[in-house]
Amino acid sequence: MFKDIFRKTKYVTIKSGQNLDRRPSEVVPQEEPGIVTKKELPDGLWVKCPKCGEVLFNKNLEENSRVCTTCEHHFRISATLRLKLLVDEDSFEEWDADLKTQDSLDFPGYDEKISEAQEKSGMAEGVLTGRAKIEGVPFVIAINEAGFMMGSMGSVVGEKITRAIERAIKLRLPVVIFSTSGGARMQEGILSLYQMAKTSAALGKLAENHLLYISVVTDPTFGGVTASYASLGDIMISEPNALIGFTGPRVIKQTMRQELPAGAQTAEFNQEHGSIDLIVARNQMRPVLARLLRYHQEGARYGTTV
Amino acid sequence: MAQLFEFEKPIAELELKIAEIQKFSADKGIDLSQEVSTLEKKAALLKKEIYGNLEPWQKVQIARHSERPNFYDYAPLLFEDFIELKGDRLFADDRSIAGGIALFHGMPVTVIAQVKGKDTKENIKRNFGMPHPEGYRKAVRLMDQAEKFGRPILTFIDTPGAACDLGAEERGQGEAIARCLLATSGYHVPVISTVIGEGGSGGALALGVGNVLLMLENSFYSVIAPESCASILWKDTTKAKEAAAALKFTAQDLLRLGVADELVREPQGGAHNNLHQTAEELSQVISKYLVRLRLESPEALRDQRYQKLRAIGVFQETADINNMLDSDVSTES
Repeated sequence: MFKDIFRKTKYVTIKSGQNLDRRPSEVVPQEEPGIVTKKELPDGLWVKCPKCGEVLFNKNLEENSRVCTTCEHHFRISATLRLKLLVDEDSFEEWDADLKTQDSLDFPGYDEKISEAQEKSGMAEGVLTGRAKIEGVPFVIAINEAGFMMGSMGSVVGEKITRAIERAIKLRLPVVIFSTSGGARMQEGILSLYQMAKTSAALGKLAENHLLYISVVTDPTFGGVTASYASLGDIMISEPNALIGFTGPRVIKQTMRQELPAGAQTAEFNQEHGSIDLIVARNQMRPVLARLLRYHQEGARYGTTV
Repeated sequence: MAQLFEFEKPIAELELKIAEIQKFSADKGIDLSQEVSTLEKKAALLKKEIYGNLEPWQKVQIARHSERPNFYDYAPLLFEDFIELKGDRLFADDRSIAGGIALFHGMPVTVIAQVKGKDTKENIKRNFGMPHPEGYRKAVRLMDQAEKFGRPILTFIDTPGAACDLGAEERGQGEAIARCLLATSGYHVPVISTVIGEGGSGGALALGVGNVLLMLENSFYSVIAPESCASILWKDTTKAKEAAAALKFTAQDLLRLGVADELVREPQGGAHNNLHQTAEELSQVISKYLVRLRLESPEALRDQRYQKLRAIGVFQETADINNMLDSDVSTES
């Protein structure tokens, strides 16, 4: 059309699906929504934004917390990067890193899946837990790793989160959990399912102790994690455009023959329907959490310091 | 004629043959009692052989049998009185979860139960036993009352899973289930959960946080439907039979894994073959545990339920660092 008239053909253009063959090593295949990127840090210098299609200089993307500099699309990030972006330098103390997955049901292919996930994510399991500080305020933190079997919750993830909550009670510290998960982990069967109850029960104890729990629900969070700890925050936060729901869009389509309207299950949709308090851009997460944590510090509570 | 499964056909054929011989014998006035008796013995052996060695997938079929008794079948047999209470006070009354006050062995209890329909019409009314958020919110409302008035809670699980449509998403299905889990874990009254048919994933778990978990002998309770598991693992929903075996979700598996506390016997071939007998067994087992739990203090009940959940999960742990951490943990912050 008009664009073509003015286009100078000698420029190198990179369009989705057309000129990919020109610079194959520098272009990451477009992410499908709901599926985690195979590799977060491509070897190449360039990354294509799955939302606006803009080709971004990887270094610029890194500097912008992996948020598209054009459309502000929030790329999925690893637990370790999330931690680095969020907490005070050298303030993180990791807990329970030695808990190891066991193929307790002798499930077909599970051991291989675990090894693959470990290699891919560089993590032993699907969650990172410990304590840290934001602007000097101490708190307990847990971050799901999407690169580890889609952040699914088996025995280890459930146990690490439960222990983190229980220690928060002992230490009288608030808890912040960043979830990103496909749900309960199929390969550990009923044991995975009951991790939902276990983590929820621990959060019940935290609440009785008048301690704050902030749930930050990031892209994507579904199934058993949505139906347990991710939904129980005193304060519910999400990132722009994150997909959050109980049943995944594909399953709704298959089982109910129901086409979801555009924008369904996004953070904005969830906020509109009353499930999310705040949608916070990644570069604002640290100051927002710092304020909320500060307002909930022990001394701030009326009547007693417990 | 009751719904008949492939694995039951040899039994049906043999029974048909016996009936034919009996009829022939009566018509012709010939005494064939010897033959009939031999065949009946053979049929009894065959039943024992088949029903005594059911594969996981066959149990799934029995648990989903169109005539399998649902909560409304058991209610008049288990309770002297049942007053159904409705609605979540927020949005609607969900018909895949029934709840109310009942008299069990003379004692007032709060009952929460998932209900599947038995025919298409009823299934549409009850959304095939798949509760919406309002169902779980009704459950919490009624269980909170049980806590308030000190009534034991009996829950009955029978669902393919929680509703998975746009409405469920809009009204916060995840939050509704999570609240159910959190609320139940904190009660000071006895909670006894029983899987009477199908225990489908998070939608079932919402009613599964008891001091005691009972399972009918042919029920199953799974993190995912075998069909969906097969579709993820092998991209083939027809491999549900293999998935059923891999998931270790039968009542017997759960007993072995320490998740279920006791199995409730069913008549040969499944609960649908004798409703009264199943209800009687169920009543006795629930009563046994209720008597026991009522001796515990409210705090002990709550603590026992937490510890039961706390113990579920299998993993390896190498270092003593964590123990050290736990003893240190109260000092610096």
